[in-house]
Amino acid sequence: MKKLWNMFLTFARIGGLTFGGGYAMLPMLQREVVGKNHWATEEELADYYAIGQCTPGIIAVNTATFVGYRQAGIIGGIFATLGVVFPSIVIITVIAACLTNFADLKVVQYAFEGIRVCVCVLIFNAVQKLWKKSVVDQPTTVIFLLVFLVSAGLAVGQSFYPDLFSVSPIVYVVVAGAAGVVLHGGQGKKEVGK
Amino acid sequence: MILVQLFGEFFKAGLFAIGGGLATLPFLQEIGQSTGWFTQQDLMDLIAISESTPGAIGVNAATYAGFHTYGCIGGIVATLGLIAPSIIIIILVSKVLETFKESRLVQDIFYGLRPASTGLIAAAGFSVVLATLIHVTDLPNDPAEAFNWFGIVLAAGIYAAIKKWNKHPVVYIAASAVIGIAAGYLHMFG
Repeated sequence: MKKLWNMFLTFARIGGLTFGGGYAMLPMLQREVVGKNHWATEEELADYYAIGQCTPGIIAVNTATFVGYRQAGIIGGIFATLGVVFPSIVIITVIAACLTNFADLKVVQYAFEGIRVCVCVLIFNAVQKLWKKSVVDQPTTVIFLLVFLVSAGLAVGQSFYPDLFSVSPIVYVVVAGAAGVVLHGGQGKKEVGK
Repeated sequence: MILVQLFGEFFKAGLFAIGGGLATLPFLQEIGQSTGWFTQQDLMDLIAISESTPGAIGVNAATYAGFHTYGCIGGIVATLGLIAPSIIIIILVSKVLETFKESRLVQDIFYGLRPASTGLIAAAGFSVVLATLIHVTDLPNDPAEAFNWFGIVLAAGIYAAIKKWNKHPVVYIAASAVIGIAAGYLHMFG
């Protein structure tokens, strides 16, 4: 029980002290998981992290589940995962509650007017970075363009014709996964997006 | 009942969102559109808050969206929905770690998934940019008024700043808030 509690607290510290998740979390994981608690070696952590990136879901959550499960079974995985999301739940709930109360203030509205512009740029920047890692050759370019054009096209179309059908992101993901197997199957192991 | 639906929707997002950071964005957008729980504008606020608070962006976003939909309990339920598939999948994968790592099939699937995930985020971002910088739905008579000129200039400035200094997003978000407040009181928004 003490170990589970320690695991919860350690991952709560990791979740509560890293901004931005994903890559920002790795140095903190190294310090807490490898250095302080010896729950994994440097290499094992790198493996967990790599697999966390190529399994569905949030990378930080996947890595936490991995470390917890390897150390203390299913219950360990659950404790570590709840730990890593606990600070988010508390912090975001407080902020969201405050915002709901202050949303009518002019100053808050103006601030968000500016912030929304910034979010546009942040998304653009994130897409640019993802592009470099995921669009590596001709087939991946085609997949990117098809998904982007169909999905963005439907979204724009809907703002003019609200009755236009829409396609769930799940459909794109499943079809693209199948396309990956068809287009890339039998080409041997290539170092894709490492 | 809405809590069950909330859990289910975020379970789907957790199961199909691949990659870190904004990978959940297209799913959140779809949830907002199909359920009416939150608008495009709520989505923008949600991203800003998720990026400027500690913790994984996807988790923060789920908590915020859940809270927005059904208060405190909603935030917790949405977050649990988002992480439930991770717990299940990782425990399954963990048993076959070596096989999974070396599997050609897994690599081939992800070869196709990664550009699709980028495409989905790009498309979600595109519609967000349209909504923020260009007023597409109610086009005014003068085409020049269709653009949020102040926003476009600010966006260009922020982009240049990111390329030059590469600071944490929270820095740019805070600066934009201050600029937004100043511009608001000076009546500069188009």
